[in-house]
Amino acid sequence: MKFGIVVFPGSNCDRDMMHALQDDLKQEVVMLWHKDNDLSSFTTDDCIVLPGGFSYGDYLRCGALARFSPLMEEVIKFANKGGKVLGVCNGFQILCESGLLPGVLLLNDHQKFTCKNVYIKAATDSNFVGKNAGNTPRKIPVAHGEGRYVADAVTIEKLTANNQIVFHYCDENGEVHINSNPNGTTNNIAGICNEGRNVFGMMPHPERACSDALNNIDGRAILEAFAKMN
Amino acid sequence: MKYTAHINVMPLKELLDPQGKAVNNSLHNLGLTAVQDVRIGKHITLHVEATDKVAAEAAVKDACSKLLANPVMESFEFSITEG
Amino acid sequence: MQEATLEQAVKLGLREEEFEQIKQILGRTPNFNETAMYSVMWSEHCSYKNSITQLKTLPRDGERLLVKAGEENAGLVDIGDGLGCVFKIESHNHPSAIEPFQGAATGVGGIHRDIFTMGARPIASLNSLRFGKLDNPKTKWLLKGVVKGIGHYGNCFGVPTVAGEIYFDGCYQTNPLVNAMSVGVVKAGQTVSATSHGEGNAVFIVGAATGKDGIGGASFASADITEDSVNDLPAVQVGDPFEEKKLLEACLEVIPTGALIGMQDMGAAGITCSCSEMSAKGEHGMNIHLDKVPTRQHNMQPWEMLLSESQERMLIVVKKGREAEVKKIFDKWDIHCVQIGDVTTDGRLKYFMNGELIADVPAHSLVLGGGAPVYIREYEEPKYFAQIKAFNQDTIAIPADLTAVAMELVQLPTIASKRWVYEQYDSMVGTGNTQTNEPSDAAVVRVHGSAKGIAMTTDCNSRYVYADPYKGGMIAVSEAARNIVCSGGLPVAITNCLNFGNPYNKEVYYQFVHAIRGMGDACRKLGTPVTGGNVSFYNQSSDDGPVYPTPTIGMVGVLDNLDQKMTMYFKNDGDVIYVIGQNRNDINCSEYLYNVLGVSHSPAPHFDLEEEYALQDVVLKVVREKLVNSAHDTAEGGLFVALVESAMQKNMGFEVSTDASIRKDAFLFGEAQSRVVVSVSADKAAAFEAALGNHPYSKIGTVKAGGNIRIDNADWGYIKDWKEAYDTAIEKLLNA
Repeated sequence: MKFGIVVFPGSNCDRDMMHALQDDLKQEVVMLWHKDNDLSSFTTDDCIVLPGGFSYGDYLRCGALARFSPLMEEVIKFANKGGKVLGVCNGFQILCESGLLPGVLLLNDHQKFTCKNVYIKAATDSNFVGKNAGNTPRKIPVAHGEGRYVADAVTIEKLTANNQIVFHYCDENGEVHINSNPNGTTNNIAGICNEGRNVFGMMPHPERACSDALNNIDGRAILEAFAKMN
Repeated sequence: MKYTAHINVMPLKELLDPQGKAVNNSLHNLGLTAVQDVRIGKHITLHVEATDKVAAEAAVKDACSKLLANPVMESFEFSITEG
Repeated sequence: MQEATLEQAVKLGLREEEFEQIKQILGRTPNFNETAMYSVMWSEHCSYKNSITQLKTLPRDGERLLVKAGEENAGLVDIGDGLGCVFKIESHNHPSAIEPFQGAATGVGGIHRDIFTMGARPIASLNSLRFGKLDNPKTKWLLKGVVKGIGHYGNCFGVPTVAGEIYFDGCYQTNPLVNAMSVGVVKAGQTVSATSHGEGNAVFIVGAATGKDGIGGASFASADITEDSVNDLPAVQVGDPFEEKKLLEACLEVIPTGALIGMQDMGAAGITCSCSEMSAKGEHGMNIHLDKVPTRQHNMQPWEMLLSESQERMLIVVKKGREAEVKKIFDKWDIHCVQIGDVTTDGRLKYFMNGELIADVPAHSLVLGGGAPVYIREYEEPKYFAQIKAFNQDTIAIPADLTAVAMELVQLPTIASKRWVYEQYDSMVGTGNTQTNEPSDAAVVRVHGSAKGIAMTTDCNSRYVYADPYKGGMIAVSEAARNIVCSGGLPVAITNCLNFGNPYNKEVYYQFVHAIRGMGDACRKLGTPVTGGNVSFYNQSSDDGPVYPTPTIGMVGVLDNLDQKMTMYFKNDGDVIYVIGQNRNDINCSEYLYNVLGVSHSPAPHFDLEEEYALQDVVLKVVREKLVNSAHDTAEGGLFVALVESAMQKNMGFEVSTDASIRKDAFLFGEAQSRVVVSVSADKAAAFEAALGNHPYSKIGTVKAGGNIRIDNADWGYIKDWKEAYDTAIEKLLNA
């Protein structure tokens, strides 16, 4: 099992993800350049990560330009075959733009970029990420300007009914309420997955909470879920 | 009288428009090489109550120069229709 | 080409005698292009003509310094393990006053370029900001714009903003200060010099296309701000952090190929500055064909290209025969990489436009240390000193309700939490910032692939410098070092950003000369040489006069192992609270005296350099020996604010007793220097006291679980309420 991290121009959490997976979780990592269009060395046991950052400067709409990078065509095919894909922050935005996940991430309700530790907890154990992360509140940083998840009512209903909401923002005691919502996101949604439960998108950054040196390892269980799957 | 102002706010021509530049390059990468230049601004509509069109124009111009456009960075133009 | 006139030269900002000097250098009258080049290169911003004689008095040597101050774009210090730390601070005050968002954004972009042009990857940024009073609508606009601009650029570029400082004072009402610092790390042997040599080597321009933005910016930066300059629109530059991020990655990919002779970023005075500085350093010349420069606009004039300050550009000199290799890497990142000339041996810069020679000057004559003029300015003691000397704190009655004073103090925007600001910055990208979960006085950033940490801080209390430039200069350096020491770091070097008024004003120049003397003495004593920085004069307006003299110090320190880090917050019920250093009967120049009691002029607070040195020595010792559980220096707001700040993180309370021999307001709010608040486990108290040796200290109380604050047995309420007031003060003022 290995991880492939896609580097788009403007990605800036690609190296953080690499450090977390390689140094803290001792996983094999391959860095992938967005202009390449070859994922033939990856099987559906592997995981492709779309890291955070500002691909293409976040110009026009977050993720809109990255979605047309040559490698994204391959990532879409890979996901449709059942390969596991994780998008964090900007990666989540790219997944939504590319149609692998429903909905869209809009400007935070307070209209400012926000970077701080928040708490999230799994909304369900019916996917391997939520199952591994468990029901405990985890302290994970957010850092985004456009993190307010929005979808039409039918989609939200479907996501809820189908247990595709992976993480909710909560407080340190695990309570989900308006005051633990950092950006005005619908129903405190912090992360979702697709129907096949192989494509995951989340705004918080688990890779920033994997290192003893930073004194926060709450993110490990989330990334470990992908390595443990097989 | 009610008027509607249709305002375009654009980055000043002399200044770099990073967003337009990045979008232009992406369009080229998609094979749309006929596109020569992209500049991205904002479109704003205002509904104005005024005695006549001249007064409406004055109000809109005031709104543009005081708030809607930043004269250091942006230019604006507008048209006004009745209703 | 037609000869330039004196009138044109003066309009470009040159003085009459400087124009004569250019004629002598060239042996003829310069044409307009050449005159424009000299005007920017000899501007204050590029030439340091009014400051260099003073800057040379600063200590610029040290065993850890790998390059001397001024030799490269930024300082480079050895941090061991084959690693170097590159860092620098720079101002973007005047652009930010006109267009706060882009002004601040391009300031951040510029300082990062200075770091990666040397081959280092930026790992952290800091900023030091000064604004007018926060109840003023203009200040709110400036603050929001500057913060958004810093966030926009830094967040996208992907370097965490880990620390900073913001002061609010009426003297900055028209002329805010925006100083940005970047810290990078480079492996030994992978640095690049800003030089050019080797006949026939290729000169490339890489990065963004050249446009008309920022033309004359260097001169603009050296002119007084008036209402008219607000209309000086083309001087605004637009930053593109996405382009710079690509440029960073491409440059760091090119360097290890060994194909480069040198590299320099283009900041002020763009192509002119980079060509002349690199050529002068390498003692060579260049032939440059301006028609080959990629431009954003049609029909740009040669002088417009020569002066353009379009951002995100670099000049690189490539070894002949290796051009294709270099070009391939920039192509990969979709970045312009165009050969515009080659290196010559005659030491002259010759610029051509479509084959026609349009400028021909000796490179050396343009630059600092070469032909650029050097002036020795006169100074005289400021008249306001009389008012300062006349102040006697004994005339100030101690207020009856000190709790109310304290509540006002923690909500002063200069003291209150900057949460509203720093949450808009990505402080965690890079997964190196240890502050998020374990705050300490200076930010401590880990170096990936090594056990080391780099401690960093910016500091300057400009009111102290105004009151006593010499002492204030010493305090700025000392406070920075104190923050590093409290965090477990060994201070190693500083960079400075010297923000002053008009140097032709003799009182301003007095401040400048004496602040530099103070900084120099403190740097020598504390063993932290100056690696470089930036001088920003003309920070003044016709309404408010010059700003307070503000020599911002950016300092870095080294932790050989992250385990050496010490945090600033109280941890355990029952820990003993000590003040290391001497509490004094001194309210001079404090936030309390100035902002709460409204006394505008008073002497700088107590400071003695020997005492400070001894303090830092013992603090580093007890920190590194882990005899303390927290360490936090007393600064603005005095001991009370230091205690409250220490208590907030874990919602702790404390009980302390004041000292009957000192006025109670001085004990709580006085800002006498060289004091550090520490908390110590009860079972280590004896060992701690022994370790302090002869250094003065006082045991003032204990940490209490539950959050109640008691001073001399009086109930001062609960820490959560103090924290709430402290955290939300700036938001409330902004929303008022």
